[in-house]
Amino acid sequence: MTAAFRLRPSALLGALAFLMAAVMAGLLVGPVALPPGKVLAEVASRLPFLSFDSGLDARQAAIVWEIRLPRVLLGALVGAGLAVSGAAYQGVFRNPLADPYLLGVAAGAGLGATMVIVSGGATAAIPVAAFLGGLVAAAAAYALGSLGGGPRSGATLILAGVAVAAFFTAAQTFLQQKHAETVRQVFAWILGRLSTSGWSEVAILTPYVAVGVTVILMHRRLLDVLSVGEEEAGTLGVDPTRVRMAVVAAATLTTAAAVAMSGLIGFVGIIVPHTVRLLVGVSYRAILPLSVVAGAAFLVLADLTARTVLSPAEIPIGVVTAFLGAPFFALVLRTSKRGVW
Amino acid sequence: MSRKAIVAAALAATLMAASCSEGAAEAPTPSGTASFPRDVAGVTVPQRPERVVSASATHTEIIYALGAGDRVVATDLFSNYPAEAGTTPKIDAFNINVEAVASFDPDLVILAFDPGDVAPGLASLGIPTIVFFVPATLEDAYGEMTTVGEALGLEDEAARLVAQIRQDIEEIVSGVPPGEGDPPTYYHELGTDLYTVTSGTFIGTVYALLGLRNIADEADAGGFGYPQLSPEFILAADPDFIFLADTVCCGESALTVSGRPGWRELSAVREGRVIELDDDIASRWGPRIVEFLETVGSAVYPTVP
Repeated sequence: MTAAFRLRPSALLGALAFLMAAVMAGLLVGPVALPPGKVLAEVASRLPFLSFDSGLDARQAAIVWEIRLPRVLLGALVGAGLAVSGAAYQGVFRNPLADPYLLGVAAGAGLGATMVIVSGGATAAIPVAAFLGGLVAAAAAYALGSLGGGPRSGATLILAGVAVAAFFTAAQTFLQQKHAETVRQVFAWILGRLSTSGWSEVAILTPYVAVGVTVILMHRRLLDVLSVGEEEAGTLGVDPTRVRMAVVAAATLTTAAAVAMSGLIGFVGIIVPHTVRLLVGVSYRAILPLSVVAGAAFLVLADLTARTVLSPAEIPIGVVTAFLGAPFFALVLRTSKRGVW
Repeated sequence: MSRKAIVAAALAATLMAASCSEGAAEAPTPSGTASFPRDVAGVTVPQRPERVVSASATHTEIIYALGAGDRVVATDLFSNYPAEAGTTPKIDAFNINVEAVASFDPDLVILAFDPGDVAPGLASLGIPTIVFFVPATLEDAYGEMTTVGEALGLEDEAARLVAQIRQDIEEIVSGVPPGEGDPPTYYHELGTDLYTVTSGTFIGTVYALLGLRNIADEADAGGFGYPQLSPEFILAADPDFIFLADTVCCGESALTVSGRPGWRELSAVREGRVIELDDDIASRWGPRIVEFLETVGSAVYPTVP
């Protein structure tokens, strides 16, 4: 093994510093101007064994503790989950265009959420239905892809994902049009947002992202082996089908949970892994962990932009991820001397 | 013809033109027997309409309030008031199929939204079609009621309806105490995603009648009228009153909003000044605007009946 394949500590430290800066900015900056010292004091005063008065009044304290901090953490969790899932899909299918919504997770989640909304179900049921819908769609894509037989390559699975996504999207659109009275609610969900979330969403999402990220990271070495080719991997004693199933399951679970909590946020799963790849090389042992950290930082910054650029109005975060992500990616692509794939 | 006769004829013509342009109130003919064809809002209505399709919930309410509900043959999906309107055959106002509308054989179609080709399409089939817009003020809303009355040959009824609404609203507004100090502030919620209205919208002008000040105006740099607020901005603004216009669509209530992150620190939540509105009444500009003013007015001021 050459040193180029390892994750360099300097790269990881750099990414962590970037994430810390993003979290700080997310905590300190917002539509309401609060003294930075008191904001940090407020957060510190909530830590165990510490109890002092931060100097903020009750509403200001609520802005810091109940709105900004959970929103920053949720952004970090969703960004980390989507970015590492995107990187995992790209590795498993050896396809640079693979994204976290590849197997129809987004379409399935959209159908699940729409079903609850049009039937007048409780708001709390929407994330559950979105999560289940995403998993059903991914399972359908996987079943359909396996039916094809032939060479069990990723291409069949990708095509199956396209077909399933089209079918679920058609069903979702039909339901949405049939119930015009709830169409605004459906769009509000689809556009994706973190803004009205609190600690409960953070608590729900954390275990899914933790498990998903851990499983994906455990397979980082095997993804490097797989990247040289399936037959070659077989001769090295790696079962490509088993690796693919484990990684796809972990990435799908993570994506479905993230989508259920935040709606559809595009672009993170493509732009973050590719940027990391351009900066540090082609090894998944470097790309996967760095995508976790960089994805978290990217979405925290995107959300910060979403709530400050037209402050005190908000813009959908999906608009920001694409608007910031595309030019940034072009810049990295232009300055990088390495090929991508 | 003597000079006197010529002057008299010119005067008569002027008066007639005036009565046409200024609408129903001055029309001398008794209602129902009014002359057709007539020009209503730039559209020629050839005869007294007997088969009306209303693709606008507000205008459906106006038609029924004018007593012409029996002439309605179809309405849009949102037309749910009065209850009879809800049971008419339905069309989709935001996805109108010209052929589907024509299949009801209407002699008047009312739209509040035209993606661009529906009104011309219906006109080419010889179906008179009037397109209304969201009004900017109460006066505009009265104008729409008058126009609907003219189109139906019910100008007297429309004049009476408008006069009654004016009187009711004056009564409510007269209960508003003279302003001292800062006016009470409010936040009007359209959805759980914190979309709201500014004072520049129709509903905003109605709140202004009651002396309330909107917290969202500074969030609407573009002047669109319907900004989406940051949750922390609402906390910092701490409005005196919170009006929920998403109780039907989204099941929101004083109880549910008190559980939102940080909202229990809001004065309106702590002191029971979260008012649950009916989404439909709070988003239409028909006769039930009086109910809206009553609900809001009596919640803010004990002196409002």
